[in-house]
Amino acid sequence: MAVDAQTIEKLAELARIAISEETIDEVSSRLGDVLQLVDQLQAVNTDGVEPMAHPLDEVQVLRKDAVTEPNRREAFLALAPQSEAGLYLVPKVID
Amino acid sequence: MEWEVVIGLEVHVQLATQSKIFSGASTAFGADPNTQACAVDLAMPGTLPVPNEEAFRFAVMFGLAMNAEIGKRSVFERKNYFYPDLPKGYQTTQLEQPIVGKGQIEIHLEDGSSKTVRLHHAHLEEDAGKSLHDAVFDTGHGMSGIDLNRAGTPLIEIVSEPDMRSAAEAVAYLKKIHSIVTYLGISDGDMSQGSLRCDANVSVRLKGEEELGTRTEIKNLNSFRFIEKAIKVEAQRQIDLIEDGGKVVQETRLYDADKNETRSMRSKEVANDYRYFPCPDLLPVVLSDEYVEQIRGDLPELPDAKCARFEKEYGLSAYDADQLTQERPTANYFEQVAAKSGEAKLAANWVMGELAALLNREEKSIEQSPVNAEHLAGLIARIKDGTISSKIAKQVFEAMANGDGDADAVIEAKGLKQVSDTGAIEKLVDDVIAASTAQVENYRNADPDKRPKMMGFFVGQIMKASKGQANPQMINKILKEKLDALL
Repeated sequence: MAVDAQTIEKLAELARIAISEETIDEVSSRLGDVLQLVDQLQAVNTDGVEPMAHPLDEVQVLRKDAVTEPNRREAFLALAPQSEAGLYLVPKVID
Repeated sequence: MEWEVVIGLEVHVQLATQSKIFSGASTAFGADPNTQACAVDLAMPGTLPVPNEEAFRFAVMFGLAMNAEIGKRSVFERKNYFYPDLPKGYQTTQLEQPIVGKGQIEIHLEDGSSKTVRLHHAHLEEDAGKSLHDAVFDTGHGMSGIDLNRAGTPLIEIVSEPDMRSAAEAVAYLKKIHSIVTYLGISDGDMSQGSLRCDANVSVRLKGEEELGTRTEIKNLNSFRFIEKAIKVEAQRQIDLIEDGGKVVQETRLYDADKNETRSMRSKEVANDYRYFPCPDLLPVVLSDEYVEQIRGDLPELPDAKCARFEKEYGLSAYDADQLTQERPTANYFEQVAAKSGEAKLAANWVMGELAALLNREEKSIEQSPVNAEHLAGLIARIKDGTISSKIAKQVFEAMANGDGDADAVIEAKGLKQVSDTGAIEKLVDDVIAASTAQVENYRNADPDKRPKMMGFFVGQIMKASKGQANPQMINKILKEKLDALL
């Protein structure tokens, strides 16, 4: 089952990826294949099975509350395309 | 038509941990931009989160204080959206299995009534960074600046049921949350620094209607005053809209304090699809019964318990006890004054009256009070033993506030000791009677029922003549004897 073009466009927008007109059909059919696989899984009877949050049957280890990270601002800022006054610069965003 | 406002609040509280929820970077407020943003906070490839134990302990403390179920197994999820102050492209948060489940708290309203507000749940999550726009940061080339120091600061988001029915109830609820988190010491609760922030879901319906109206969400309210005003103005906007035949649209709105209006935040509507899924980088967090019970055992006395104790132990009214226990430092201050002066009721009146007015005027917290608990207790002791009248006490209080020393020093230096000497007061009374022949004549000719009221004039004159220092009970007694002798 194919995913309609409108859904593909919405997903692309949410994921901030560009999908050109020509590739929509291909993406649609490939996503459809994935969904078919999910449908197959859905068919399995899961009565009484607890939803799994993680494939490892382990519990999370927690860390003590302590500051361990030094200030490495200059090294990190150097990786950014643009920075100024200790700030990362991005195209203007405002609500 | 009678309308009913329905309000639910989402409160974000920054937890007072030293380090971030998933990294070892500092959470201290006010550092230079990006000096506390490490590789994990910046979402550098290959980094992995490791949760901070203290954030869980704080969240459990909060849950227990809210009489809530504790999620002994909690799971982190990813809430996906793109914004420059969120480098990972998702916020790590909790959805299906939060750390704190259903609970409830009692809120106290100004008319003395109480109400129970249900907690839907509270979950742990990370704060985002800050975007700086031209108002605060002008690059001159149309860019926004990003400071990621705040990114990864632990938050609990506290979600109430839509149980509040007025802006005043919403404020009372928020004050209660503020009171609880500061009592617990899990947050500094400083709204001006964003440690406690609030989103309000507001809808209206006709009174008696069961179904909820369409709600709007007012974002980022950061003072008690703004929350009250924003809810009022938004509820009225919805009522006007419906009465004019319109329909409320479910949307996010911003409150503009300068214009006292809310306006639509269109940009947030487009991507309102967060595609949550369990975070594969984090395993479920499991807390043992012993762990939770140990935290329960270590909880400090909470506002409600303290309030009940103040009523019982100090004989205060429910209203006074509530006022004094809303903030822990105020409660501590009051208890010190009450213990040192031995006069709980006077202590309560002074703390809520003159002291509160002074702090308000000087915009200071009680911890910064220019008059400390010991000095106030000393002043109250002098009222109690009759050295000064309550009226003079206000003068002494002002002097103490100006740093003139303790009560005894001020009374001594300014010669404010109350005159309780019979001879001296008799002389004052005689002088005033002699100088007020017309009023004395009126008094003699007046109806006996009206005479007690007429004494006020003489008392006032005598007080004035004594510069407020004559003992008022003695003036009344001597004056009445002398006037009656003239009848």
